[in-house]
Amino acid sequence: MSLGSPHATRTPRTPGADLPEHPDALWRSPEPKRSYDVVVVGGGGHGLATAHYLAKNHGITNVAVLEKGWLAGGNMARNTTIIRSNYLWDESSGIYEHALKLWEGLEEDLGYPILFSQRGVLNLAHTLQDVRDSVRRVEANKLNGVDAEWLEPDEVRKVCPVVNTSTDIRYPVLGATYQPRAGIAKHDYVAWGFARRADEAGIDLIQDCEVTGFTTDGDRVTGVQTTRGTIGAGTVALCAAGNTSVLTDMLGIRVPIQSHPLQALVSELLEPVHPTVVMSNAVHVYVSQAHKGELVMGAGVDSYNGYGQRGAFHIIERQMAAAVELFPVFARAHLLRTWGGIVDVSPDASPIVGRTPYENVYLNCGWGTGGFKATPGIGSALAHTIAHDEPHPLVTPFSLDRFVTGALVDEHGAAAVAH
Amino acid sequence: MQLIACPWCGPREEVEFSYGGQAHVPYPDSPAELSDEEWAHYVFFRDNTKGRFAERWNHNAGCRRWFNAIRDTTTYRFESVYRLDDPKPVTP
Repeated sequence: MSLGSPHATRTPRTPGADLPEHPDALWRSPEPKRSYDVVVVGGGGHGLATAHYLAKNHGITNVAVLEKGWLAGGNMARNTTIIRSNYLWDESSGIYEHALKLWEGLEEDLGYPILFSQRGVLNLAHTLQDVRDSVRRVEANKLNGVDAEWLEPDEVRKVCPVVNTSTDIRYPVLGATYQPRAGIAKHDYVAWGFARRADEAGIDLIQDCEVTGFTTDGDRVTGVQTTRGTIGAGTVALCAAGNTSVLTDMLGIRVPIQSHPLQALVSELLEPVHPTVVMSNAVHVYVSQAHKGELVMGAGVDSYNGYGQRGAFHIIERQMAAAVELFPVFARAHLLRTWGGIVDVSPDASPIVGRTPYENVYLNCGWGTGGFKATPGIGSALAHTIAHDEPHPLVTPFSLDRFVTGALVDEHGAAAVAH
Repeated sequence: MQLIACPWCGPREEVEFSYGGQAHVPYPDSPAELSDEEWAHYVFFRDNTKGRFAERWNHNAGCRRWFNAIRDTTTYRFESVYRLDDPKPVTP
């Protein structure tokens, strides 16, 4: 009997060698050049959208987008993809409605499917004060040309039959605001669409390139120091969301944001049961059903500051309790996956965009839990700001100096659940 | 669930506590003399440290007393807890 190995005669092969060729990349992975006209720090949705609109609207293509990890691997990969513009104040309506209009034409603009589905959003009201605030917001939305309706509980049931509108639950549904044009999109496809377009225009998307410092000359930044060398910069735009403070600390700029973990989760794949997006401030949950079939749910932020891209389990537990009370049909769904991103929360739940004490550094942060919906809107407004060296009218209300002047844009009501 | 060591009650579950943000932010000595900018910084601006952070916690479902902690904001690990009247520990 031979004891020889049955494999002894086989030639060694590279694992996976018989698999098909890796598909073509959607964008190049270039080495950084010595300098660029514009350096965008942060290769998430906002950074990529800014790059795209710099090229498309302003013909500025000597641009680098620096990303410390991989493209769109931070909050862009972790959000619950809700898109809406039903904010209270004129300033917020301006930027978010601008974004929503761009979302409506984005697939054609990018030439890439983004699965934008305008299935509407319900923001539930559970107390009399909720009802008053919601009705006020609906009227404010209408005055700003944003589609909005107030729905009574029986109308809520018609839009989303799986919502529990019975009166015997702890926080009964007393009605809801409804924005029919709101919806969801496939976040990864959005990022890839922007990245592909920016790359085609000649913009360098540089991954694995963490910013470690800035080279300054008086009140100008002349270069960005990175793990891949120092890169000269004509203008710098900071689009780093939860990591913004790490960058502004390097520059000695104080920004009133606090980074918090924000968690979300998905269930296993289910038959279509949930036709819209439902958000509830009072019981702290928001739910939609992704195209593939999983229920996507988000909660409020974890209360403590954190950069760990994870949160505490009791937050998930409470969020599930709220979800099951609102949607009894979900009780037997299984949790598939949870994760966390790091969101940059500002004192008035509004973004901070515009000038900094350095004349060629622009700030874009403070979007907190709601930055995804703004992606094309802020991308185009920030590109305009950079190209004209003057804040776009839609972002001027969101300047850093509003915390000194007191002209806050208090959106804690419409920014909803998570703050 | 993470345990937090209350200086008075000992280790208790995280859900018993609430967060109070950055510690050692003193009320201005001469409030009437502050400029708008200085007020803004006192009211709205807090450090957003990545790493060891001195912060306030309240044991609101226990003894209801405040205390300070040094916690790492990247690992969420509590490195020390101390009373409000203790000085900020020197961290490496």
